[in-house]
Amino acid sequence: MAADHVDHHEHHPHGLAHQFEDMAQQKESVLLGMWSFLITEVLFFSGYFLTYLVYRTQYPVAFAEGSHELDITMGAFNTVVLILSSLTMAMAVHKSHEGSKNGTLGYLIATFILGGVFLCVKYVEYSAKFEHGLVPGLAWHPHGEHSPQLALFFSLYFGMTGMHALHMIIGAGLLIWLLVKTAKGTYTAEYNAPIEVFGLYWHFVDIVWIFLFPLLYLLGRH
Amino acid sequence: MAIAEQDGNASGYAAPETNYINNGYGLKSWLLTKDHKRIAVLYMISISIFFAVGGLFAGLIRLELLTPQGDFSHSDTYNKLFTMHGVVMIFFFLVPSIPATLGNFLVPIMIGAKDLAFPRINLLSWYVYIIGGTLGVIGILAGGVDTGWTFYTPYSSTYSNSNVLIVAFAGFLAGFSSILTGLNFIVTIHTMRAPGMTWFRLPLFIWAHYATSIIMLLGTPVIAITLVLMMLERAFGFGFFDPRLGGDPVLFQHLFWFYSHPAVYIMILPSMGVMSEMIACISRKRVFGYEFVAFSSVAIAILGFLVWGHHMFLSSQSTYAGMVFSVITFLVAVPSAIKTFNWTATMYKGSIVYNTPMYYVMGYLGLFLVGGLTGLFLSNMGLDIHLHDTYFIVAHFHYIMVGGQVMGYLGGMHFWWPKISGKMYPEALGKASAVLVFLGFNLTFFPQFVLGYMGMPRRYHSYPDEFQILNVASTGGASVLALGYLLPGIYLIWSIFKGANAPQNPWGAKGLEWEVADTPPTTFNFESTPVVTEEAYQYGPIEEH
Ligand SMILES: [Cu+2]
Repeated sequence: MAADHVDHHEHHPHGLAHQFEDMAQQKESVLLGMWSFLITEVLFFSGYFLTYLVYRTQYPVAFAEGSHELDITMGAFNTVVLILSSLTMAMAVHKSHEGSKNGTLGYLIATFILGGVFLCVKYVEYSAKFEHGLVPGLAWHPHGEHSPQLALFFSLYFGMTGMHALHMIIGAGLLIWLLVKTAKGTYTAEYNAPIEVFGLYWHFVDIVWIFLFPLLYLLGRH
Repeated sequence: MAIAEQDGNASGYAAPETNYINNGYGLKSWLLTKDHKRIAVLYMISISIFFAVGGLFAGLIRLELLTPQGDFSHSDTYNKLFTMHGVVMIFFFLVPSIPATLGNFLVPIMIGAKDLAFPRINLLSWYVYIIGGTLGVIGILAGGVDTGWTFYTPYSSTYSNSNVLIVAFAGFLAGFSSILTGLNFIVTIHTMRAPGMTWFRLPLFIWAHYATSIIMLLGTPVIAITLVLMMLERAFGFGFFDPRLGGDPVLFQHLFWFYSHPAVYIMILPSMGVMSEMIACISRKRVFGYEFVAFSSVAIAILGFLVWGHHMFLSSQSTYAGMVFSVITFLVAVPSAIKTFNWTATMYKGSIVYNTPMYYVMGYLGLFLVGGLTGLFLSNMGLDIHLHDTYFIVAHFHYIMVGGQVMGYLGGMHFWWPKISGKMYPEALGKASAVLVFLGFNLTFFPQFVLGYMGMPRRYHSYPDEFQILNVASTGGASVLALGYLLPGIYLIWSIFKGANAPQNPWGAKGLEWEVADTPPTTFNFESTPVVTEEAYQYGPIEEH
């Protein structure tokens, strides 16, 4: 079956793992790996989106009531923050391709800070919901007249934004790891796949929010 | 040992001094390994343990059903027995069985790669599996779970008083581990094939694992989120499926079966891959209609996502939805039949070799045929109303998932054992085990078709007196089956210490793992990257050593 053999690459480029033949194969593999993982993530979130779709169709009034209880200013502010963080992340990837260590570092820090701002605002929003008794199961005593299915809306609100926030927290953890590695000078113009791959993840998490914001805050408001 | 060495030398094969097994000793060199072959061995050991645990529960179930009345367990205990049998067998044995062991070991070697694309993620998947398994065992020891492996709401989310949270989380982790395995396979098959290894030169084992990985990537996250929703509802009182808040318990069933039907194909496609390899080798022929067999794997994977409603013909689903699901379910029979016919055509006029893998192939074909055909009974909406939740369906899915996957797992384990362990297993005992498994399996599960048709419902610890004879037959069969499963466990371990050394290619088989890789393979599989110059399965007559 195997008539002849290809010689091993004797030189070993910086950052090339042993199982790959060359940098091109490694980069192709890690990018495909992340894209496959993101497909998995889409299917993961789709369980929430399907549940949302089913109940929103069934209980439009309760869902409109729920939207009114959410703070549209904070939601919109956070949307802007996340879009900005996507921009800084894209710039970090760009700088890493140029081999600029300081540029990469700066943009990664900016991304990290913007992610932190998002989570802080989310924390303020969550606290308000606890105060207003709008947390199903844990603190549920909504004021005034409301549809019985309002609890479904808020279960979805906390489930969906909570899962999104968990992804942000994991992303922030990975960012710290990338920051340390970048500061150590691990990444070069040739070897920067981890930053690029993390960028894909970060953009994905942003896109999830781009869907969550209108679905939860805006739809059915008027 | 002297005899063993002679035998090894007789084939004229000098195995390399250092291979993946003796390249590094000590627990640490195994627990921190990034070698796909060592991870496969780790998986083999842990999966065997869970198979034994799940089998123990099955044994207790069959023991209880020996007599019509409740003997040592009543409803509560019995509910826990069948739940834990299902959870352990499905999440911790069947789903990872072939992919994580034979797949892990063979996928890189078969395509001419040094390792999987992400060795560290591969090791991580084993640790996630072990953490999940440990949590599952803790849940069992703490009193078990009684919801059925399906975790149907609102029983699981509201009413059950058993350890639902910890066991469901264990299932979640097992799913995560299989996502990591599938992701690794997809990337490896796409980017790491050796020069000349084109898609249509790939062994069918690879095609089957590619299709399996697609299901793992697309299906498993859905069961993960479904379990998350159920756990949130149980832990915090969030409402997703709670009718008091307007939630719909049937939505849980839709989400659950969207994964769990395709999961059946996670539990059968890999063994179809094993069968293709073994049938080509024992028939000394190229697999008949290679492209059709390859694409039928992918077709099964895709169709599998469109049939989940056949589990819900009686769950308030509309008749029209039921009709669509019924028709698509019938369609799954087409690619399955293509495979079966093509395997038979491969054997037709082949030079059949009567060895243990061949016995397992024949057993597999028999069991898969019965399992597949009874699937057609159940996809029929009218008949399904009669057979729903009876022993008929229990028998059906055991024929597919146990008859199919376990025959593939054991057959493949024998076929590749010389490569994995470097030792030959005792041929006569191998054949005996295959026969015992086949006979024991049929004696266990065929009576259940009859019981189900007569109306015996599943998941009860007691039954009317007239069902006893068939139940005794089933329990008797289970004892034979247990012997058949125990036997390979004993002689395969024995062969590691006392077996004859295996030559590089004991079956004269085709494929990089036989023809180029050493026995046992070296750590990086090949001295230099192989170049593939021909299609798979270019078998000629048997060569005499
Ligand atoms: Cu099904």
